[in-house]
Amino acid sequence: MAGPNTYRGGPDDRGLFGIHGGRFVAETLMPLVLEVERAYDDAKRDPTFAAELRYYLEHYVGRPSPLYFAERLTRHCRGAKIYLKREDLNHTGAHKVNNTLGQILLARRMGKRRIIAETGAGQHGVATATVCALFDLPCVVYMGATDIERQKPNVFRMKLLGAEVRPVTSGTATLKDAMNEALRDWVANVDDTYYLIGTVAGPHPYPAMVRDFQTVIGDEVRAQMVKAEGRPPDTLIACVGGGSNAMGLFHPFLDEPDVAMIGVEAAGEGISTGRHAASLNGGMPGVLHGNRSYYLQDDDGQILDTHSISAGLDYPGVGPEHAWLFEQKRVEYVPVTDREALDAFLLLTRLEGIIPALESAHAVAAAAKRAPELPRNHLMVINLSGRGDKDVNTVAATLGVKL
Amino acid sequence: MSRIAARFAQLRADGRAGLVTYLTCGDPDRATFEKLLVRLPKAGADLIEIGMPFSDPMADGPAIQAASLRALRSGMTLAKTLDVLRRFRKTDGDTPVILMGYYNPIYRYGVPQFLKDAKAAGGDGLIVVDLPPEHDDELCLPARAAGLDFVRLATPTSDDRRLPVILNNAGGFLYYVAIAGITGTKSARAEVVAAAVARLRRHTSLPIAVGFGIKTPAQAAEVARVADAAVVGSALVEKIAKNLDKRSKAKPALMPAVLKDVTAFAAGVRKARPRHPARAAQ
Repeated sequence: MAGPNTYRGGPDDRGLFGIHGGRFVAETLMPLVLEVERAYDDAKRDPTFAAELRYYLEHYVGRPSPLYFAERLTRHCRGAKIYLKREDLNHTGAHKVNNTLGQILLARRMGKRRIIAETGAGQHGVATATVCALFDLPCVVYMGATDIERQKPNVFRMKLLGAEVRPVTSGTATLKDAMNEALRDWVANVDDTYYLIGTVAGPHPYPAMVRDFQTVIGDEVRAQMVKAEGRPPDTLIACVGGGSNAMGLFHPFLDEPDVAMIGVEAAGEGISTGRHAASLNGGMPGVLHGNRSYYLQDDDGQILDTHSISAGLDYPGVGPEHAWLFEQKRVEYVPVTDREALDAFLLLTRLEGIIPALESAHAVAAAAKRAPELPRNHLMVINLSGRGDKDVNTVAATLGVKL
Repeated sequence: MSRIAARFAQLRADGRAGLVTYLTCGDPDRATFEKLLVRLPKAGADLIEIGMPFSDPMADGPAIQAASLRALRSGMTLAKTLDVLRRFRKTDGDTPVILMGYYNPIYRYGVPQFLKDAKAAGGDGLIVVDLPPEHDDELCLPARAAGLDFVRLATPTSDDRRLPVILNNAGGFLYYVAIAGITGTKSARAEVVAAAVARLRRHTSLPIAVGFGIKTPAQAAEVARVADAAVVGSALVEKIAKNLDKRSKAKPALMPAVLKDVTAFAAGVRKARPRHPARAAQ
């Protein structure tokens, strides 16, 4: 069966990518969600909005981020020529700030006076607290108590930046519960509050909007690769929790059939153990947090606990556009375990002198498995979505090292 | 006439508002819940909402979140919830029952099968919090076709432009969420609720029930003066939580304590004796 004419046309008016996405929220939130959509549509058409965003991306974030030829990793893998898209070099140390800048500019346009956000690893929380400091807006970040424990440096960074970090103890006390709590806050503070979602999930227009703000990654990769090699890349690899860094890298290339794409899910201790966070490889379609997508759930539709060594991938769902690309088989989604990610973390650190975030280490692991099967002139790009400083405590604990 | 329509017609004839009670199915365990359920009508519940437990109840406050988790831990599922309803219907053929919850368990169960089973079990209406009118094709329209009322929520954020959208396929009654917020937290002022209900009546002839934040019989009475029913949920669920032992098992005092509260809320609603604005105008 032929695919659609374009893989880049979604979502439709109702926010749907195939059957995924949509606006599954309580009625209290509907007027707000519709307001965000109207405001974003308006901003998209306003050249001054794009110019303002471009200014901050260049002078504040430090874009474009380099596309770095990882020579020693390439030699080690004996196959494809591997490049790293260095989102870890962005201000705040991850791709997240591309999105928080876009949304904070939108929130300002909308006249919102208070920002809330959810965070897992703390990267989105830090990126949100950062732009809130920059634009002098009060910021409340919801974070699972479990995540607060394993991401202490990021918690402190958020506090330094002036944000209030509210621990969430309900449910499994991780990212999904932080998102529940942020939605509850939004319902209770509809007049002045903007909910700054950190990934390509949530009710429409968030999945499309966050993707749009992240496509700067893929757009730069194209230009940089053409400059370096005279042609676009052949394979793109990125980790997928909610999936914003992957969506940002993939989206500009979706309609180019020669470009292969691999999304890497967190397989935790292995999908067969049930202790993982691979919603596409191990989940089923469901509805949560405002959109339909794939979720880890039991037969009764109850959302399951997840596990990943990486807090940023420890979420039982995935962005709806990924769910659609998965069903269309346009993107291949592969699982990588904690162990494999940890090995890749150490490998990249030793070979390239780059300490990757544990999230990004999942992508490195998948690349290291795939690259040897490919010819030497095959151009592979790993999205190095974040730096690993925040993870050194977790890695030390896993290796049995006392700091 | 549906059980919901018949009950509101009777309430109108009696010149009083009704009491709607909410409890989460299987909280704190199935046996205790079933005993509570059959006693609710006699204690004064005019309509009954049965919560279908969900792991991630985004629109609910801490009390109902905890109730949901207690129910799930005790082994409650959507299939068992329908079974509880089926057994209730053997003893009570008149009290309307509305199943309330979130979409994912229904979606997993399968919409056509769920509607068939819910209707056969004796359900009268559905409230599914995370299905706005934009997704009426998912469950609302099939539910109507299956003979189940799809009860809509209106909120303080529902302006005059939004209300017609909400009311378009609404059935049974309109549930007015008196506060912008989650269940069981703050309460709305009586005059604000009165103004809101008056505004809603300009848009619909459906009966109007008001809920979220009704914590005392006096507050229920205030609501009953202007609305057709008052919904009490978190206050009752909290009473369950207060009557659990350290292992979260029901203490003997649980059932009488909850039923006593229901009776008190019912008395509050009954003695409010509203002169219904719509009736007065007729």
